[in-house]
Amino acid sequence: MSEQITFTIDGKQCTAEKGDTIVAAAKKNGVYIPTLCDFEGLKPAATCRVCTVKVNGAPTTACSATVSQGVEIESNTEEITNIRKAVVEMMFVEGNHFCPACEKSGSCDLQALCYKYQMMVPRYDFTFPRKELDATSPKLLIEKNRCILCKRCVRSSITTNGKSLFAVAKRGNKTVIQMDKTLAADLSEEQAKEAMELCPVGAILKKETGFVTPIGQRKYDAAPIGSDIESNA
Amino acid sequence: MGKKITIEPITRVEGHGKVTIHLDDNNQVAQSRFHIVEFRGFERFVQGRPYWEAPVLVQRLCGICPVSHHLAAAKALDVIVGVGPDGLTPVGEKMRRLMHYGQMFQSHALHFFHLVSPDLLFGVDADPAIRNVIGVALKFKDLAVQGVMMRKYGQEVIRATAGKKIHGTGAIPGGINKNLSIEERDEFLNGADPLNIEQMLTWSQAAVDLFKDYHSKNKDFIDGFAEFPSNHLSLVRKDGALDLYHGVLRAVDTDGNRILDDVDYQDYLSHIREEVKSWSYMKFPFLTHIGKKDGWYRVGPLARLNTCDFIDTPMAQKEFETFKAYTDGKPNNMSMHFHWARLIELLHSAEKIKELLNDPDLQSTDLVAKGTKVNEGVGLIEAPRGTLFHHYKINENDQIEMANLIVSTTHNNEPMNRAVESVARNTIAGNAEITEGMLNSVEVAIRAYDPCLSCATHAIGQMPLEIDLYDAAGNLIDKKSRNA
Ligand code: SF4
Ligand code: FES
Ligand code: NI
Repeated sequence: MSEQITFTIDGKQCTAEKGDTIVAAAKKNGVYIPTLCDFEGLKPAATCRVCTVKVNGAPTTACSATVSQGVEIESNTEEITNIRKAVVEMMFVEGNHFCPACEKSGSCDLQALCYKYQMMVPRYDFTFPRKELDATSPKLLIEKNRCILCKRCVRSSITTNGKSLFAVAKRGNKTVIQMDKTLAADLSEEQAKEAMELCPVGAILKKETGFVTPIGQRKYDAAPIGSDIESNA
Repeated sequence: MGKKITIEPITRVEGHGKVTIHLDDNNQVAQSRFHIVEFRGFERFVQGRPYWEAPVLVQRLCGICPVSHHLAAAKALDVIVGVGPDGLTPVGEKMRRLMHYGQMFQSHALHFFHLVSPDLLFGVDADPAIRNVIGVALKFKDLAVQGVMMRKYGQEVIRATAGKKIHGTGAIPGGINKNLSIEERDEFLNGADPLNIEQMLTWSQAAVDLFKDYHSKNKDFIDGFAEFPSNHLSLVRKDGALDLYHGVLRAVDTDGNRILDDVDYQDYLSHIREEVKSWSYMKFPFLTHIGKKDGWYRVGPLARLNTCDFIDTPMAQKEFETFKAYTDGKPNNMSMHFHWARLIELLHSAEKIKELLNDPDLQSTDLVAKGTKVNEGVGLIEAPRGTLFHHYKINENDQIEMANLIVSTTHNNEPMNRAVESVARNTIAGNAEITEGMLNSVEVAIRAYDPCLSCATHAIGQMPLEIDLYDAAGNLIDKKSRNA
């Protein structure tokens, strides 16, 4: 059996296994730390920074850092909440997120975090970038206006014949996700669905169907993001 | 010296427009116009979007009648996904119908109780300080409460079918995303007073009776005000019944001759064209085979009762018979009778809601039908204000390439201009002084058509509306700008 360690989050005594990421360790103790790029089963990329915490006073990303014996973690403080809110706001202004007509609305992690942190008007100016909607593949479309570059899709194992379906192209603020059309055409219905669910926002969508989940039954209709974890406290 | 009148904003209509009346040197009407002064293109906005987004996206065109746009777009997409207008599953069609009758019910109730009743209860030339919905609430409390509760009932029906009272997602290409639970059904049927269908039926009948009583005491006004001959157009069920959700196109002329009959609306472009005039952003539709000059027509409740042969619900049918008998079975051309027709439809909608609630198909789980995709589709629906057209073409990647919308208020553009002209000639012309009551008459005429200018301009959100009076030299001599 692996070694048990103890630590605190915002003063609360917690136990976890050695080697757990802070996000996973917190979850075991009923503490929700928000994540966007992190996804169960994928190697942490630590690209979005929404999981920022302070460990013994030093800021770090909770999805990639592991917990160690005796550390003091700060998570739900005013300072850190403000950082997380700023991260979410930045994502909002860097894309074109028009929630009312997006079929991921109600099931979108980004939108859910905006609600959680009560974003009204972002503190940054909207950049209104010109991005394309690539619908040329028969099963999936990629709406780059909504992509937050979390790279979940790129890290995922949704591949055909061992080749990766999604890849990063260009650099800096020109960075975009590209989808291999030939590979995408060979996807099964299941794989297409999996790709759509993997994306935290409405950037990867299964074609020819939309809005099939009625309002009231979407992922975050009943309870805000993270409340499933917090209810285990 | 000649004069020009502009009325703006026109109150108690939904949206923003402007009326100008030019008087000549003898205070006679030289020209009157009802224009739309703002425009934002929604048809461009949807270009490039995946087609299945359209019903959710285009309903944003209007915060006032989103359900109609939601359903018209979904109907067009039914064609595109190869299901066709008649190929929905029973629950798919019936849930949509329920949503639609809910919308019709709340819209007609709102219009009558909040927008029109002040003119009827207090008189067209009563002090504007009391001639408003607040005045109604103070003096006719029961009626005001009825209005609020009927609206609420309709909105709850929308919520149960579309997921939200405004801007829901219920209708999807080929069907619907939910059915009606037994609990929801029972709440609508037997909810605590007053929110149950029996109370809604009673109040709807009472509203029709209220209008008929008012009519019997004010015949000259109701019959003579803004009366003019016209053609009338609407969908009717194949067998000629009033049908607000689906059917074939029919138009009658002022004598009741069918000038368009049994037309499949997929083919609307070969029957209807739109004329553009330099002074208004709102287009002027006309029947192609009759031409621009005489091919214009009215749509909406009055037109629907003029085109259909009967109503398939008993209470509304009884009222329909009285309505038809009043004009000896001929088309009714009296603008103020729009209100009468609207209330008969209010009653019909309540009866239809009841009929649907008792239909076990609403609990079926076979929500969506499938077919073979084509690249073009047209969806028509009888919105509260009249026939609404949505037409889409998609490209090989499922993106919308072309969208054309003709909204109810646009069909009524020429009729509203005629109504304004009629009032200008009969009420305003020849008077040295322009009273508030006269100017309100112009609004009363426009309000009969319940225009949704928000929709007509394809603008996002709502806008105010105005009326001005100018002399022949172009000097503004009177102006009305109350806020809506
Ligand atoms: S497409 Fe979705 S999953 Fe991929 S990087 Fe963008 S937001 Fe992340
Ligand atoms: S979830 Fe940790 S950096 Fe994105
Ligand atoms: Ni409208």
